[in-house]
Amino acid sequence: MSLKEKVESILQSDLVELSEFRGDICVEIPKRKVIEVLTRLKEAGFDYLSDLFGVDNLAYYEKAKKAKKKKGEDEPEEPKRQGPPPPRFEVIYLLLSLSTNERLQVRVRVPEDDLVLPSVTGLWRAANWPEREVFDMFGVRFKGHPNLRRLLMWDEFQDHPLRKDYPLEGKGEERHLNYDIV
Amino acid sequence: MKFQAIQGEGWLLTKAEQLINWGRSRSPWPFPYGTACCGIELMCALASSYDMARFGAERVAFTPRQCDVLIEAGTITKKMVPVLKRIYAQMAEPKWVIAVGACACSGGVFRTYSTHQGIGSVIPVDIYVPGCPPRPEGILYALLKLIDKIEADHPLYKQRPKLVEALEATK
Ligand code: SF4
Repeated sequence: MSLKEKVESILQSDLVELSEFRGDICVEIPKRKVIEVLTRLKEAGFDYLSDLFGVDNLAYYEKAKKAKKKKGEDEPEEPKRQGPPPPRFEVIYLLLSLSTNERLQVRVRVPEDDLVLPSVTGLWRAANWPEREVFDMFGVRFKGHPNLRRLLMWDEFQDHPLRKDYPLEGKGEERHLNYDIV
Repeated sequence: MKFQAIQGEGWLLTKAEQLINWGRSRSPWPFPYGTACCGIELMCALASSYDMARFGAERVAFTPRQCDVLIEAGTITKKMVPVLKRIYAQMAEPKWVIAVGACACSGGVFRTYSTHQGIGSVIPVDIYVPGCPPRPEGILYALLKLIDKIEADHPLYKQRPKLVEALEATK
């Protein structure tokens, strides 16, 4: 059984989209079933979480929003999905099967107005820091995370710097601690 | 040290300031503050082939209490700035700072939200060493320049008001 068939048989109806690029399989799963689907994948052999990170599709998102407005209400929406349409954020899990050495990319879309995902630290303890990083950089909150604090920026930092609308040079934030001497 | 021998061996006449400067300039113990790739170059400058110890930087102090020269080699992120300030504050006087590399001097290639644009705005820097990274020769040259600077210093003259005050008090 090829990897593609295997993944299809594991996910069944929870598979939103499957794409293949040079032998790498990338699947999208619905947001409300993240834990359930990932548990199933883990039990089916994808037992190692090699990375977890976020993506901000701001440019695509704005473009798609504009195109939608132009089209008007009465025209039916095309069901075809090309490129990442809205919602804006994505969280990506890179899974590896240690027994068969197969890799799988699992994507979840996170809408801008509901930036909450269930934490997978219960499945893989390795998800602890990557989830903190995604929270720090994109502002996605992970429900059930044991210690959801900023990982890279300091605690008092207000923004989420890897969002595309955050200026590269920052907004002039500085870190001050109360043991500062003059 | 400039000195004069009086009546043969066993006697030296020099200025107290020069004696102090001689001691200070011959033992600038470094505190290696390597935060990024420039730190590797600093290690090379300290190691046997370049051997910074030739110029008195003999003992690399890993505590700010026992060092004279803070060698800041590498990027300072904004998160790190309070730590740098604190370490500088913990150093005992007299103290000097060498900023090694474009990052420490000006932020270098990292003009971003996370990088502090030059440590000169948070602690006083004596010598800037440009380069990304500077070669160990550059770091050694900076140390020699610093030694020149120490020798041209007037440690007692600067304290004159304090000394005068202390003298008056004893009268
Ligand atoms: S100046 Fe260049 S070599 Fe030195 S820390 Fe910065 S990036 Fe690295």
